[in-house]
Amino acid sequence: MKKLLFIFLLNILLLNKSYALIEVDITRGNLDPLPIAVSPLHVDIKSEDYKNIKIKELGENISSIIENNFRSTGLFNPLKKEAFVQKPDIAHLKPRFEDWRLIKAQALVTGKLLVINGKLKIEFRLWDLAAAQEMTALAFTTTPSNWRRVAHIISDKIYERLTGEEGYFDTRIIYVAESGPKNKRIKKLAIMDQDGAKTKYLTLGNELVLTPRFNPTNQMVTYMSYFRNMPRVYLLDIETGTQEVVGNFPGMTFAPRFSPDGEKIVMSFAKDGNSDIYTMDLKTRVVERITDHSSIDTSPSFSPDGNFIAFNSDRSGLQQIYVMRSDGSGVKRITFGNGIYGTPVWSPRGDLIAFTKMRKGRFYIGVMRVDGTGERLLTENYYQEAPSWSPNGRVLVFYRETKAGLKGEGFSAKLWSIDITGYNERQLLTKTDASDPSWSSLLSK
Amino acid sequence: MIKSLIYSLTFHSVMILLTILSLPFMLREPIDLPPIVSVELIQISDKTNIPYAPKARKIIEEAKKKEERLVSEQAPPSAKAKEKPDRIPLPNEKKEEKKIVKKKQNPEEIKPEIRQSSEFEKKEIIDTNQIAALIDKAKEEEAIKEKKTDKITQSNQKNSFATGLTLSEEDALRAQIFGCWSVPLGLPYDKNLLVRIKLQLKKDGTIMKSEILDHERMNRPGQRFYKVLAESALRAVRLCQPLKVPPTGYDKWKDIQLNFNPTEMLKG
Repeated sequence: MKKLLFIFLLNILLLNKSYALIEVDITRGNLDPLPIAVSPLHVDIKSEDYKNIKIKELGENISSIIENNFRSTGLFNPLKKEAFVQKPDIAHLKPRFEDWRLIKAQALVTGKLLVINGKLKIEFRLWDLAAAQEMTALAFTTTPSNWRRVAHIISDKIYERLTGEEGYFDTRIIYVAESGPKNKRIKKLAIMDQDGAKTKYLTLGNELVLTPRFNPTNQMVTYMSYFRNMPRVYLLDIETGTQEVVGNFPGMTFAPRFSPDGEKIVMSFAKDGNSDIYTMDLKTRVVERITDHSSIDTSPSFSPDGNFIAFNSDRSGLQQIYVMRSDGSGVKRITFGNGIYGTPVWSPRGDLIAFTKMRKGRFYIGVMRVDGTGERLLTENYYQEAPSWSPNGRVLVFYRETKAGLKGEGFSAKLWSIDITGYNERQLLTKTDASDPSWSSLLSK
Repeated sequence: MIKSLIYSLTFHSVMILLTILSLPFMLREPIDLPPIVSVELIQISDKTNIPYAPKARKIIEEAKKKEERLVSEQAPPSAKAKEKPDRIPLPNEKKEEKKIVKKKQNPEEIKPEIRQSSEFEKKEIIDTNQIAALIDKAKEEEAIKEKKTDKITQSNQKNSFATGLTLSEEDALRAQIFGCWSVPLGLPYDKNLLVRIKLQLKKDGTIMKSEILDHERMNRPGQRFYKVLAESALRAVRLCQPLKVPPTGYDKWKDIQLNFNPTEMLKG
């Protein structure tokens, strides 16, 4: 009995000594880009030469593409290779985490490649250095000439693992390549990888081309061309190079865009000074009139679920953005701010609409919610327009023109990209002047 | 003809008179505006002025003298500048004032009268007369505030005492983790992304064991962002090792929970 009493008392004393769990709220952190080390891929000694590709340098080249991709996001800070302490082959097998932590890296990418029998085998690993564990590991086999794409796919996988979002590196951008004096511009359709490599021209430049747009489901492109001085919407298969006119309209068609399922094209058709929005089913070739108003309705863009269309119209006097159901009913004006609004583009995520705004002679690229609230102007300049979304809805690409002198000197048009947070504005390097960009969906999807 | 001339002359003289009367006031307005900053002050003085109204001039003058002393002690220089209107009596003393004006009959001297008609001036007058009371009030308010803040700090101290870390200890720990945590910037800010990590610490602040409390959420489909955030939080804690913990009271802080919530940052 005494013992029991003693234990009871002891318990009470111990209870007194136990404390409530300390909770500390962490609501802030640093916004610096994540330091990441991309070790050059180790090239297996057994690798054979393949055509013009320098196999020995391939490991370095692939890692530098991955680094460039990461740097362009503004979310990562690839560390300098001079500071690396481990050789690529050993790092890939078992990295010494403490060595990599010393150079302040938080994540590490390692890999190796082997070219044998005309095939390129690549594997890579992503390491969490703080936790000292592997985060992801994948292997690919492809033809060696595809090495750039493999580098982009690896970048996508790492980006996805570290941010929780889909990547956008294995993509292409189609644009209008411009050359020559301002009053006599030659405009060709051009396509390049999103990092500016592998530029290819799709038209010869004999006629004016405008507003190329990717099909979100495959590699088809729709654009407007002044072929034989008839401004019309065309369809182009990038792989085969075949072109065709979209629909048989008795007048000018322009501002085309695909529906999210890629089966319809929505565009403007102008007749007698009035333009309305039409769709055409690519399979059945059935044309449907969507708006019927005496004003100029143009720049239509489908929502990603295909149920709504955003467009701009001057029916209220000044050009503003409207949203309607995809059958043309329920038209609702969504912009009421000062200035002129145009080129609405629905984000692939579905939550935002990007637009161009003109106010007091300045041009802005901005985003807003689909009901028109929460307008955020991301960038301001002398002249810029035509935003296009990256497939993950995180980055916008658009083009910007500089002010020209009286004789057109000093004029240039370049592609720029900006994060939807308004940070990380950067120029995309193109071989010529460029305008009207359109971002493709992921090629590997 | 003469009639119309007379009409014209009288009309014009009236106009001239009006402009003489009103223009100085208009000119004065922007100059007089800056010293009157706080609307609150005016309202309070208006209220406190009421009991003085029926009282005799002597009492008011006495009050004024007291206040003047206080003004010289405590009021800012701008209040001193307001001494001029002091000579003009309170609105309650308008009757007396008017008499004085009548005696003088000098057009130049009418200006003070015009000033008097200005609402701003009225308020100024009241201001200067009531400054002492206001200062007292302000003091009282400050005292109340201090009391309130005292209460807050006391309660905070209680909290931190209950949790086993003092405020400065908690702040030091927080600041340390702020520096280590690279917030994944691509996260959506409109979702609930609170990550709770429970740590078991050694005496030197190194981590013996770390555990994400909603661990199963990490592997659920559609929770990629949560997983990314949880991993970044774990990374932060590990990079920060050893944590800055107090040298004493190990029993209190050997188990500690960190709640990572990036919502505010991502919104900004």
